[in-house]
Amino acid sequence: MLLRTVTANTPASSEITPRSVYSDRRRLMLTGALAAPWLAGMTSAARAAGGAKLAGRPSPLSTTEKATPYKDVTGYNNFYEFGTEKDDPARMASVLKTRPWTVSVEGEVLKPRTFAIDELLKLAAMEERVYRLRCVEGWSMVVPWTGYPLAELIRRVEPTGNAKYVEFVTLADKAQMPGLWSPVLNWPYTEGLRLDEAMHPLTLLTFGVYGEVLPNQNGAPLRLTVPWKYGFKSGKSIVKIRFTEKQPVSSWTRAAPQEYGFFSNVNPDVPHPRWSQATERRIGEDGFLQKKRKTLPFNGYSEQVASLYAGMDLRKNF
Amino acid sequence: MRGTADPAATRATTSSAIGPGAATPGAATPRASTPSAATPSAATPSAATPSAETSPARPAARGSGPSPGALKVVVFLLCLVPLARVLVLGWLDRLGSNPVEFVTRSSGTWTLVLLLAALAVTPLRRLTGWNRLARIRRMVGLFAFFYGCLHLSTYIWLDQWFDWGAIALDVLDRPFITAGMATWLVLLILALTSTDAMMRRLGRRWQRLHRLVYLAAGLAILHFAWHKAGKNLLGEPLIYGLVLAMLLGLRLWWHWRAARRNRSVLAS
Repeated sequence: MLLRTVTANTPASSEITPRSVYSDRRRLMLTGALAAPWLAGMTSAARAAGGAKLAGRPSPLSTTEKATPYKDVTGYNNFYEFGTEKDDPARMASVLKTRPWTVSVEGEVLKPRTFAIDELLKLAAMEERVYRLRCVEGWSMVVPWTGYPLAELIRRVEPTGNAKYVEFVTLADKAQMPGLWSPVLNWPYTEGLRLDEAMHPLTLLTFGVYGEVLPNQNGAPLRLTVPWKYGFKSGKSIVKIRFTEKQPVSSWTRAAPQEYGFFSNVNPDVPHPRWSQATERRIGEDGFLQKKRKTLPFNGYSEQVASLYAGMDLRKNF
Repeated sequence: MRGTADPAATRATTSSAIGPGAATPGAATPRASTPSAATPSAATPSAATPSAETSPARPAARGSGPSPGALKVVVFLLCLVPLARVLVLGWLDRLGSNPVEFVTRSSGTWTLVLLLAALAVTPLRRLTGWNRLARIRRMVGLFAFFYGCLHLSTYIWLDQWFDWGAIALDVLDRPFITAGMATWLVLLILALTSTDAMMRRLGRRWQRLHRLVYLAAGLAILHFAWHKAGKNLLGEPLIYGLVLAMLLGLRLWWHWRAARRNRSVLAS
């Protein structure tokens, strides 16, 4: 247990610290000061959960920031298929059956096919990626995910020249998901990326969190993690991946086009119509004791992804 | 908390005897024909009649039930339960992953609930005939203002950390925050003019001014609905809206019935 904790959270020596992190020295010092008690707390939390292990080798793309406590990562979730309150998914998702599970990959690909979950688990080497997660609602976390780049899967199905976008369709089963009875969104929940976004090395096909198989409320058995976009872009419990020529319409864009754009890159300069996106509250840290922190463009991943949007007006393409 | 709640309690014990209208108890008309929220216009002959709203303690109104003092103490303590709950949960570190959000939502919810509760006092009194209820109305209203202040200070302090620039921008740019701020300002005016001295000074204008409570309730529900609108979660705001519509509808119905009766009295 202790061993896993250390491997999971010790940054590799090859890690390149992004400027946004090293220029933020005060927070780094705080991270160091708080690391020891946190490690102890995390170990016990992970033990309490007792999920099946899913190890991954440390990645240079991980952040060194303090990971959000396990109980918050697995207890404060937006997963409307299980209810709209933050604690609904943790309470309601235990009934979700994640085996057998298949993912159908179709559309503009030369090799369309259906993958079984066990096949996907073995498709590429698992990595642990500690990513910042910024929710469009104004809060954030730091989450140690386990998975591999989505590009590994995309390469194997060979997109055609017509493939410009990738659409992700998630499970919509009323028998298992009580939230589907509510008309909050058009079910099933769908999300989309441009093909180059989907191929980006940061885009992670995710199977685990905190060194364990994903708890259901976090999107078991597989989900997407796109760390420079607002969290809702990262679909949970994916059943279909479709390659398209036309830009797909995401569920949230359909529900409120003026509030949730297709790109939804984290951007402190483009406010949500109902609140500012300039700052964020880090769950488990900010709040009663600390001011909210400044939100970084592309959630701090500018160096890696800003070039994808060169020449684009990000206020228009929000 | 002391600033709002305690004077409310002490004032409430004396208000009923000194409120405008109570000064002319002999003029009381049969209760059923007394319009409550809406005073009859000056053109109707009953214009001089004190309305039920402002004459809560007519001698004829004394009835059975617990003593007024006990009722007030019970309601006072009940109104403190939401605050106590947050304090206890905070002490136990049980406010969840986002404590600021929890406190914001809790204080906002209770502002709205207590505002509607204050508006429900008069219809409830008329329907049950239990007139002592009128004596708790001001206290409940002031508690709504108290939770509104908690709600606002949570936003200004814990959410924005006194970033006045960001707060100003929020109020100007975001309709849902504009509506929330407007609600608080209306409640502030009502709270400041809730004293017996202000009631006496304003006379009949006091009642007209205090009809702004409907505006406050409407704005509060709008604030809540706007906040939820982006996610299409309008179920809860709709329930509050229906309750408000019912409370307002009852008053309009009574007013209309009283006006019609007055007309027929005139005609005969």
